[in-house]
Amino acid sequence: MTKWLEENMPKLVLAPSFIVVLIFVYGFIAWTGWVSFTRSRLLPKYEIDGIIQYERLFASPRWDTAFSNLFVFGFLFIVIAMVLGLILAILLDQNIRTEGALRTIYLYPMALSMIVTGTAWKWILNPGLGLEATVRGWGFEDFTFNWLVDPDMAIYTVVIAAIWQSSGFVMALFLAGLRSVDQEIIKAAQVDGIPTYRVYTAIIIPAMAPIFLSAFIVLSHLAIKSFDLVIALTGGGPGYATDLPATYMYTMAFSRGDIGQAASSAMVMMAVVFTIVVPYLYSELRIKDD
Amino acid sequence: MTDMSFTPSQSGNRSGKIVLRWALYIMLGVFALFYLMPLFVMVMTSIKSLDEIRTGDLISLPREVTFDAWRTAWSGACTGIQCEGMKPYFWNSVLIAIPAVFISTLVGAMNGYVLAQWRFKGANIFFALMLFGCFIPFQVVLLPMARMLGLMGLAGTISGLIFVHVIYGLGFTTLFFRNYYVSIPSELTKAAKVDGAGFFRIFWSIFLPLSLPIIVVTVIWQFTQIWNDFLFGVSFSQAGTQPVTVALNNIVNSTTGVKAYNVDMAAAIIAALPTLLVYVIAGKYFVRGLTAGSVKG
Repeated sequence: MTKWLEENMPKLVLAPSFIVVLIFVYGFIAWTGWVSFTRSRLLPKYEIDGIIQYERLFASPRWDTAFSNLFVFGFLFIVIAMVLGLILAILLDQNIRTEGALRTIYLYPMALSMIVTGTAWKWILNPGLGLEATVRGWGFEDFTFNWLVDPDMAIYTVVIAAIWQSSGFVMALFLAGLRSVDQEIIKAAQVDGIPTYRVYTAIIIPAMAPIFLSAFIVLSHLAIKSFDLVIALTGGGPGYATDLPATYMYTMAFSRGDIGQAASSAMVMMAVVFTIVVPYLYSELRIKDD
Repeated sequence: MTDMSFTPSQSGNRSGKIVLRWALYIMLGVFALFYLMPLFVMVMTSIKSLDEIRTGDLISLPREVTFDAWRTAWSGACTGIQCEGMKPYFWNSVLIAIPAVFISTLVGAMNGYVLAQWRFKGANIFFALMLFGCFIPFQVVLLPMARMLGLMGLAGTISGLIFVHVIYGLGFTTLFFRNYYVSIPSELTKAAKVDGAGFFRIFWSIFLPLSLPIIVVTVIWQFTQIWNDFLFGVSFSQAGTQPVTVALNNIVNSTTGVKAYNVDMAAAIIAALPTLLVYVIAGKYFVRGLTAGSVKG
């Protein structure tokens, strides 16, 4: 008995986590998936009834806004955060004496809750008293900056706040990447008299391709999960102009009592995450097994 | 990349180099201002009176420093109908974070130890399953979790939130420890087994003493995640058990009375202080967790 126990101890230790993951991750995904094919409203029903929820979803103008916002927000957020992060990393990589302090400053927003970030930017972008009033006070009487209350522009305020929060993290990733590039090749290029910008564009940046991929995965993951930031900054408004799939799902689940819509929108989010993450994880795990 | 500066070798005269260095530092400084500005605005706003906020501008220094807003934010601001400030919710977050961080770190360490040192058939599949779990959008488990917590009698309780945070934190804690323990030579485990040490004994006297760096990284990661969580907090809490992020959002969006921007900002800083403090004290480990959580494997 004790021998059996000793031999199987590793499995016994893993067993609870295994069961938990099976139920609370995969079982729950299956539950949500199942319910997304039913006519559930306030209470879940379990009779499969085709793709009616998905038809309702894609016929809903609100989902239409939320889904296209995801792509507008996601695209701008990822591209700008990557470019800004790369610029910061390259600038910091020039033997800067105060590098440690600057790195700390660029990265601290990452330690904050999105709710804090949203609250701060909501105040800064407040049309009556924030940035607009400040710049007017400097003498530019006609200055207007009211994106926060403009349905066409409000989504860009989410982009600004999200970039402020996450670009320092991209900087940290890229800085580590820059320093992992083979120093010998760089020295050789310098000896040959190749200008600095060419060393970056032709040698260093191509060598960092895996880091770009990592940054892209993390940022797109952040973009899809963005929920808190929208809630704190715009509350999804004006109207539902800044809704994202995450806020749509939450509204359907907890304020509208429309479980079918909540489940189907969650499954679409899941599908978007998986088309990005699964190939990446698959390749990562395969490399490790070799 | 240590000895590269903006030194175009063809036109590299001394004064040109100095100008470039200056331009570089100015650019870095401007970026630093961009990142610091919101924090500066928050602090300034929180120590001004409402009158001064209405007449002054965002970045001006206060004419008269007052900590009234801080007092109100801590113990008097209204989150809906209740007006107890951030204090009770701050302690809720502490009560949620401490056990959840402790349990998920402990279980993650055991899991990582098995996956790295006691490999068995199927261990890799289990690891892959856990890894995918790190990436799911939590919206996909929100509905069944709400029902499950109800069935377990944990709906709207602190224990329920601890439970949820432990479960969805396991993926990352297991990943951290597994990747750390993989780098420890397995000969160590084998030798200890030959000497008659068992599973727990080896963990306790060999692996645990080596684990301090990864424990720090994991604890910081988990603490930051749980403290800053909003989605689980807002979905699974009720009046009285909300974490600090939910309370902050409620205070800011509370419609009773005059909009007190200084109180909002003080409350936001209160909510941010613990994780900010962790970052300032242990920034190195914080960054390591971030990069380990993103560069898998």
